[in-house]
Amino acid sequence: MRAVEPWVKAPLERFLAESSARLTLLMTSSGQVVAQHGFTRSVDVMTAAALGAAIVASTQEIARLVGEPRFLSLVHQGVTQHVFLSGFETPRGRWIGLVVFDGESTVGLVQLFFDRLVAELVAAAPREAPAQRVLPENFERELNASLRALFGR
Amino acid sequence: MSAAAELLDRLSTVRGIRGSVLVSAGDGLIVAESLMTGVDGRAVAALAASLVSRLRRATESAGRREPVFLQLHAAGGTVLAAPCGTELVLVAVAGPDANVGLARLEMLDVSGRLA
Repeated sequence: MRAVEPWVKAPLERFLAESSARLTLLMTSSGQVVAQHGFTRSVDVMTAAALGAAIVASTQEIARLVGEPRFLSLVHQGVTQHVFLSGFETPRGRWIGLVVFDGESTVGLVQLFFDRLVAELVAAAPREAPAQRVLPENFERELNASLRALFGR
Repeated sequence: MSAAAELLDRLSTVRGIRGSVLVSAGDGLIVAESLMTGVDGRAVAALAASLVSRLRRATESAGRREPVFLQLHAAGGTVLAAPCGTELVLVAVAGPDANVGLARLEMLDVSGRLA
């Protein structure tokens, strides 16, 4: 389990231990990765983050069409593996969680412990965002630093 | 009121039963519930279904086939679970004053009707 922001680690570790999730990704609503568990390749992380953020954005439009303010979560049921997606508010803005689980867990367990994860993240988040301006010339350095944090390389 | 809800309400008349919930075994999601205030039905449903699933694997691995009834004694009461076939699990939350024997009989009767 790797996280760009250290205060995410403890709540995410508890979630992973309780839910038995195989893969987990926490990202901002724009697809920027905050933490990941179970992925072995950076390209898979970035692909999953981009697709997850896009799926949540698409379902938000469906929610708007049917008159819902937003959907709380989305579950894709597979044959052996399943995907749980949920957006949530944090003091650092709107984040999205993507969880892949198999027969070792259930959607009920994932939902239960994901709600607890959200509550713990909201409680643990520093109230003041770090003072950073991401300039174009810093983008590649920031990206590489994030990838090192997420993959320990 | 659905047939399942009626059966759960009947179970709740047993002395000491704080509530009961019918759970989808594969998802851990509530199908029907009859719970008193203060019992986190969603947590009970998800965790109990997961426990029954794991214990089913344990008993089948031991060559004893599927579990019929589970009874967890805690410091403040008991959690009872009865699989209803392979799709559902009936879970009851009991206080320390519960008539566990009667609750077991009722649960086995209900689980047989729902299986």
